[in-house]
Amino acid sequence: MSRIVARHGWTLGLLAILVLLFAFTKVIQPNFGPTGLDSLSRATLPFAFATAAMAIVVIAGGIDLSVASMMAVAGVTTAVMMDGAGTGMTLFTVVAVLVIGLGMGAINGALIVVTRVPDIVVTLAMLFVWEGVALLILKAPGGAATPWLREIIVGPFLVPWLPKSFVFLVVCLAVVWIPLRRSRLGLSIYAIGSDELAAYRSGIAIGRTRIIAYALCGLFAAMGGLTLTMSTGNGEPIPGPYLMASVAAVVLGGVVLGGGKGALLGPIIAVFILRLVRMDLTLMSVDPNVTTIVEGTIMVVVVMIGGVLAMRGRRQ
Amino acid sequence: MTDQPAPLKRVLRFMGDNPIIPLIILLIMLIGVLEYMRPGIVNERWMGNTIKFAIPLAMLAACQTLTMLTGGIDLSAAVAATISAFVMATQVPIMGVPLAICIGLIPAILIGLVNGFGVAFCRVHPLIMTLGTGLIGTGCLQVYQRFVIATGSVVPDGLAWLGTGRTWGLPNSLLLFVPFAVVVIWAQRRTGFGRLLYALGSNQTASRISGVRSWQVLLALYALSGLIAGVTGLLYVGLIKAPSLSLVNPLLLPSVAAAVIGGTSIFGGRGGYAGTIVGALILTVLGTLLTLMQMPEGARRILFGLIILAVTTIYIRLTDQSR
Repeated sequence: MSRIVARHGWTLGLLAILVLLFAFTKVIQPNFGPTGLDSLSRATLPFAFATAAMAIVVIAGGIDLSVASMMAVAGVTTAVMMDGAGTGMTLFTVVAVLVIGLGMGAINGALIVVTRVPDIVVTLAMLFVWEGVALLILKAPGGAATPWLREIIVGPFLVPWLPKSFVFLVVCLAVVWIPLRRSRLGLSIYAIGSDELAAYRSGIAIGRTRIIAYALCGLFAAMGGLTLTMSTGNGEPIPGPYLMASVAAVVLGGVVLGGGKGALLGPIIAVFILRLVRMDLTLMSVDPNVTTIVEGTIMVVVVMIGGVLAMRGRRQ
Repeated sequence: MTDQPAPLKRVLRFMGDNPIIPLIILLIMLIGVLEYMRPGIVNERWMGNTIKFAIPLAMLAACQTLTMLTGGIDLSAAVAATISAFVMATQVPIMGVPLAICIGLIPAILIGLVNGFGVAFCRVHPLIMTLGTGLIGTGCLQVYQRFVIATGSVVPDGLAWLGTGRTWGLPNSLLLFVPFAVVVIWAQRRTGFGRLLYALGSNQTASRISGVRSWQVLLALYALSGLIAGVTGLLYVGLIKAPSLSLVNPLLLPSVAAAVIGGTSIFGGRGGYAGTIVGALILTVLGTLLTLMQMPEGARRILFGLIILAVTTIYIRLTDQSR
């Protein structure tokens, strides 16, 4: 038991914060219930997918600044293809968008491997490229999402306290993450993030693993774009604030920038914490601009404390 | 690289040792393409305009260059610049010009100090730290805006003269930029502070063991970066003449791109400001070129991204600094 606590201390701490925040929400808003949970969960969906996408490349020792732009591409593609589509076309669109996401991510990864340019620079350049692609697909917000698909993430699942969107999120992440974590490939991703040279010497194909990590990042980003279109009902070519938020949640979630440490659970809890803080501030009718300041301050203070703790850990 | 140097290899090595030369060649090639596409466009007036728009970019890129030398980056630079421009413009009607300029620069330096504190004492990755302070800064600016919404904003004539005016065909902003560039280039090579930046960037442990107090250097560096960003904001508002809440933000990613194209390594210890200036000019000319082609906005952005990638790739091959 104590070993589990020691190993997952950070995640457990986050979970405690989340529970406290929920209690706090209930105090300031006594009629906070299933509806509130549902809207929180739905608003968190795209952020959660962006965070998952970022987490996987950060674990592999990289960073992907083009996450938000890839989400925009996936979102507008969904909106354009689903406009007036039937059931068959809708299913085809979902598959197509996921494949496009994998493709975009693989292109990012391949460019990093082939050009040997630092990942920050490559993904910065690709941020412009994907943004441009999204604008070429759809100039202004438009398109539509198939109505029955939208129903998937609205309302409760079985019991009133469990939003469908939360189940959707957990299923989507688990389908990719759990098999990955148990496979050789997942181990390789952690290995190249932790020590590339050591990984190379133990016979891991560095280039291939990195490309796959970025491709998975693209896949999660595509899911994010898909859910974004599903929840808003149209496509938006201008990328949202997901880059910033995903980096914050990844760091808060205990994934070390530089790679090799952390998992998906921590960042996902972190993203819920960040969204819930925002919701609480709105409930307390705080000016939304002040909310931005508070959010930024929380993020900065958290990473500062994290930095100090990491330094202590190294000294001991 | 160890075998007998063939002529081609010697040329390549020469370019690798003097990385600014291939950049200047690229710049001249771009201008050549521009002249070929639209004969007669390259004249004195066009050059003046290009330089005028390249200067704020180059100054903002100075923040990126200096922080990158230590292995950092300053993503709050654009926000700091915007804040100082906006605060200055709204304080002019209340405080008068000189005081308003001073007040405008204070928040920029403050943002820099907070960055420096986080990076130096808490060892937060500069990318995260500066993104965060940028976010906080934007929020503060929006709250501030509601308090001054009644006062209106004024861009002082002096700044407008500096930003847009020209004397003998040359933009007046060169008056500010030339001394600035000379000081930065001199400081990075010849002063202790400049050398400490390179030292911290190449090997932090080694520099700590040789007695460098890295926190002093980092704190000073990020405060300086904030100050430069603030001055850039003042200059840029003189050029654009309409203070807004996202004035300088579109320059942020190009400023990183300018420093990277100019050959400053994002991992620290390599590069310098001279390359960055050429990088900023290349990006500005590139912007004109893409506008001239009358492409849809989407295609422009794609080309912009691909060109940054291509230039950096070629550059890294030439200077062989990938590892």
